[in-house]
Amino acid sequence: MILTLLILVPIAAGILSFLAKDSAKAVALISSIATLGLAAYISAASYSQPMAWSIPWIPRLGAQLSLYSDGMAAMLCLLTGIVMPVVFISNWNKEVENPGGFYGLMLLAQAGITGVFLAHDALLFYFFWELALIPVYFLCSIWGGEKRIPVTFKFFVYTFVGSLLMLSAIIFLALQNPGANAYGWDNIVSAGMSLDPVTQQWLFWLIFIAFAIKMPIFPFHTWQPDTYEQSPTSVTIILSALMVKMGLFSVIRWLLPVVPEGVAFWSNTVIILSIIGIIYASCIAIVQTDMKRLIAYSSIAHMGLMSAAAFSQTSTGMHGLMVQMFNHGINITGMWLIVSMIEQRWGTRDMTKLGGMAISAPKMAIAFVIISFANIGLPLTNGFVGEFMLFNGLFQSPSPYHISYMVLAGLGVILGAVYTLNMVQKTTYGNTVGMTIQKDLSVNEYVGLAVIIGIILMLGVYPKPLLDMTAAAAGVMMP
Amino acid sequence: MTNLVWLVPLFPLIGFLINGIGWRKMPKGAGGVIGSLAILASFAVSLGIFFEVKSSGTSTVVHLFDFIQSGNLYIPFAFQVDALSSLFLLIITGIGFLIHVYSTSYMHDDEGMVKYFAYLNLFVFSMLLLVLGANYLIMFIGWEGVGLCSYLLIGFWFKNRDYTNAAKKAFVMNRIGDLGFLVGMLLILFNYGTLSYNEFFGQLNGGTVQLSSNMHNWIAICLFIGAMGKSAQIPLYTWLPDAMAGPTPVSALIHAATMVTAGIYMIARSNALYSLAPMALNLVAVIGLATAILAASIAIRQYDIKKVLAYSTVSQLGFMFLALGVGAYTTAVFHVMTHAFFKALMFLGSGSVIHAMGGEQDIRSMGGLGKKMKITSITFLIGCLAIAGIPGFSGFFSKDEILAATYAHSPVMYYLALGAALMTAFYMFRLYFLTFTGSFRGTHDQEHHLHESPAAMTIPLIVLAIMSVIGGYVGLPAVISEHHAFNTYLAPVVANFGHHHLEHSTEWMLMGLSTGLVIIMIIVAYNATKKPNFKENTGLAKVLENKWYVDELYDAIIVRPLLALSSALDRFVEKMGIDGVVNGVGKTVRWGSDRVRLLQTGQVGFYIFMMVIGMTLLFTISFFWVQ
Repeated sequence: MILTLLILVPIAAGILSFLAKDSAKAVALISSIATLGLAAYISAASYSQPMAWSIPWIPRLGAQLSLYSDGMAAMLCLLTGIVMPVVFISNWNKEVENPGGFYGLMLLAQAGITGVFLAHDALLFYFFWELALIPVYFLCSIWGGEKRIPVTFKFFVYTFVGSLLMLSAIIFLALQNPGANAYGWDNIVSAGMSLDPVTQQWLFWLIFIAFAIKMPIFPFHTWQPDTYEQSPTSVTIILSALMVKMGLFSVIRWLLPVVPEGVAFWSNTVIILSIIGIIYASCIAIVQTDMKRLIAYSSIAHMGLMSAAAFSQTSTGMHGLMVQMFNHGINITGMWLIVSMIEQRWGTRDMTKLGGMAISAPKMAIAFVIISFANIGLPLTNGFVGEFMLFNGLFQSPSPYHISYMVLAGLGVILGAVYTLNMVQKTTYGNTVGMTIQKDLSVNEYVGLAVIIGIILMLGVYPKPLLDMTAAAAGVMMP
Repeated sequence: MTNLVWLVPLFPLIGFLINGIGWRKMPKGAGGVIGSLAILASFAVSLGIFFEVKSSGTSTVVHLFDFIQSGNLYIPFAFQVDALSSLFLLIITGIGFLIHVYSTSYMHDDEGMVKYFAYLNLFVFSMLLLVLGANYLIMFIGWEGVGLCSYLLIGFWFKNRDYTNAAKKAFVMNRIGDLGFLVGMLLILFNYGTLSYNEFFGQLNGGTVQLSSNMHNWIAICLFIGAMGKSAQIPLYTWLPDAMAGPTPVSALIHAATMVTAGIYMIARSNALYSLAPMALNLVAVIGLATAILAASIAIRQYDIKKVLAYSTVSQLGFMFLALGVGAYTTAVFHVMTHAFFKALMFLGSGSVIHAMGGEQDIRSMGGLGKKMKITSITFLIGCLAIAGIPGFSGFFSKDEILAATYAHSPVMYYLALGAALMTAFYMFRLYFLTFTGSFRGTHDQEHHLHESPAAMTIPLIVLAIMSVIGGYVGLPAVISEHHAFNTYLAPVVANFGHHHLEHSTEWMLMGLSTGLVIIMIIVAYNATKKPNFKENTGLAKVLENKWYVDELYDAIIVRPLLALSSALDRFVEKMGIDGVVNGVGKTVRWGSDRVRLLQTGQVGFYIFMMVIGMTLLFTISFFWVQ
């Protein structure tokens, strides 16, 4: 029952926000802190044993309202629970037009994303998948940048095409064994597993395209830099810290167990695409001058490593993936917060026009440097443990090319240092160029970044809680 | 005492936290005092540990907490206390403390002094993790941690773009090496299922897993790639001379005495592996020797006092790798120690000179400083005598040992190494004579301003000078004494490989030869600098002054092609290629819809006509299908 609250609270608060207008941000903050509490409770509760809840929904079709939270789902709900209030707190002083609509849609998106993580019924999963998309579409197209209309239209069509393919695959699977619970996860899995290998092989792509677009992996990524660039930063955070995880999560929950023969057949292809994506996106990141585009490509590179490990078919890779999903969400939230603060103060994200933040806003500069080093996986920051385990998983994958995979993916580590340090150098060091206004962190910004940096360092030094929480979901036997 | 080993890195960590959090509000002096006391406390604990380990000869693993645990992958956060790590503890905290004290005076006028001590403490913390870790992953944590601190300290004066470029270059080049280290670790993990030293070396020495020496070579080479980055060996050395952009005490601590010797530590630590990897060992020797020669040749024609010392460091690190490569691991560690004394001494000495010269680093504008700066001059001379290998000074013992071991391995390599050693004597004394003797060549203003540095700077110089003299007597050559205290101390952890035993007569001869030639080189250097004339270099001298154009080469074959590739990918593949296809699909659909829309004419006759055509087509198809 408590699982439903995690979805219902943001929906209710979302509706309330539409009505509340100017006090919408207070509603949003209270709701998000409440969901954080719920998520923390659920994480603690599903630490040892998964939680589940279900009631009939559309019996004629065989769909149920069925929610399930294991370590992975709980971990992602916790991530959502942390990211939302951090975003609200950090943007507390930022005026938006029509706050009621803005915060209402943000909360609806949160509900949709949480639903995706918890749904244990394929139809319900599809419902939430779309529910998460629609508010984000409106957020981008109403509050976005200059080119928001064509960009969000592309984003919407792109992801929607993927979703429709996935829906057809879901219906196909449900029709294999119709019944009162045809769309239930167990039923879908057993239906998929009993298909012959050839069917599984094409079904794989039908399902995977939607997830590949969402993550995104090369070459399905071109919607992403534009959308990140044009969206308001709070929405970019939802997109990159949370929605992108929907793709990876869904691969683990709805693809790998459903069509194992298809996965075995295509995993090398996906790994190769992912590795191309790492190097390709890293190279492009090097020549970007807009901070948002640079971070967008950096994120594609990071997703590439994660998706490669997801298909490595090793438990250590899977475990690393779980940890890294969380860490990536935290780190990229920090990155975007800083970018948004820079843009607010100095009116540009163009790195050629920036410089000297260490002089004009030293606290912000320190936070930026710490988050940047977490972004490139420096040891004793959270990024390192996950990255090490991902590499280890890729290295141990059964493919005969496993060493080449790891070494090529490892080039991303070097290129990552190049573009990240470039960004730090251009914005933070040097003399104050275009960054003459001296306004360091305000209290609410300080709190937001302190939470992010606290998690970065805590999980960097002591990752055990996160590892223990997700071990069972990753299929790792703990002694 | 060994159970308290966690105190050793804890003190610098606390120092870092205090200085790091309070860096804007704390008075400058307090930052220096806290920073120095933290290291002094670590040094005290390290001394206790050292004597305990020395007397008991044991090796202890102190488990702190579980770092990573995922199924079979188990990596604890644990420290290894044995002869090798406790020796490095002493070097790091001992020299670290002296350099902290020196810095309190050197950095006194800098507005970022408290921040500086925060970084310096963080560096010592990371370096201690590096040598204390009981498995490769903890070493790696320290390894990248010192890289971070090096980055922060090279770019300490961040307003200068050249300095931050140098910092970035150092970090990225180290990252290239670190990828090698990472692959090496994953290979060990893949084949042996552990990263712990004790378990891994236990397996190597006749455990359950036996692998071909091919795999050992690969693991050893991958780890060595990591060492190339951190310890500035060919081809990853070019960051170190640029790293001189940092404050001079940083150069002394990080880029001479401690961090750059991490690669030597790593290989000495992994001696059990390298002794099973003959191909990798040969590679280490060849790279080390080539680096020693190349860097020494560049140092001959440098005019920046710190650049000379930087290339000298690269060259000396090359000697250490040469020693490792010929299997004389303990000798390499011995040279790490003596080099730490005399090179830290010379860097601090150069800092004292730069201080007095008001920031000037060009030796063409110096000369005759010895008259005004007695302590700096004398201690610097001691450093030069030590590095040149004059008998009685510490460098003589360690360098002689390297040369002897090299001779036993291969006489050709010995002669090449001897050549590098002679160049060393030449460029060091060229530097000494140009700086401290003759007449002053700078401006009148500078001359007026010359003064000896304050006690906080000269006392560390004196202590290091004393160590540079006596530090070598723990390892007397075999011809003098059969008892080699240094080797005996390290014996439980480091077992040398190959045979280095020379006939006594051969050893006497080698010693005599190198000493005689070194003295000749000093005289040559004296004559060459007696009437200094700095006309434009031509020919080989110009090539040397321009560092063999290696930076330009890297720029042309790596940096610029990478940027060109990136721009091309961005412009052509990404925007026109992939995104073009995506938009193309959209446009095609729209174009198609426009055409299909025309079919909706609204005339019933047209619809019926189309229906008839459709039915005819279907019938025809089904007819043939059935057939």
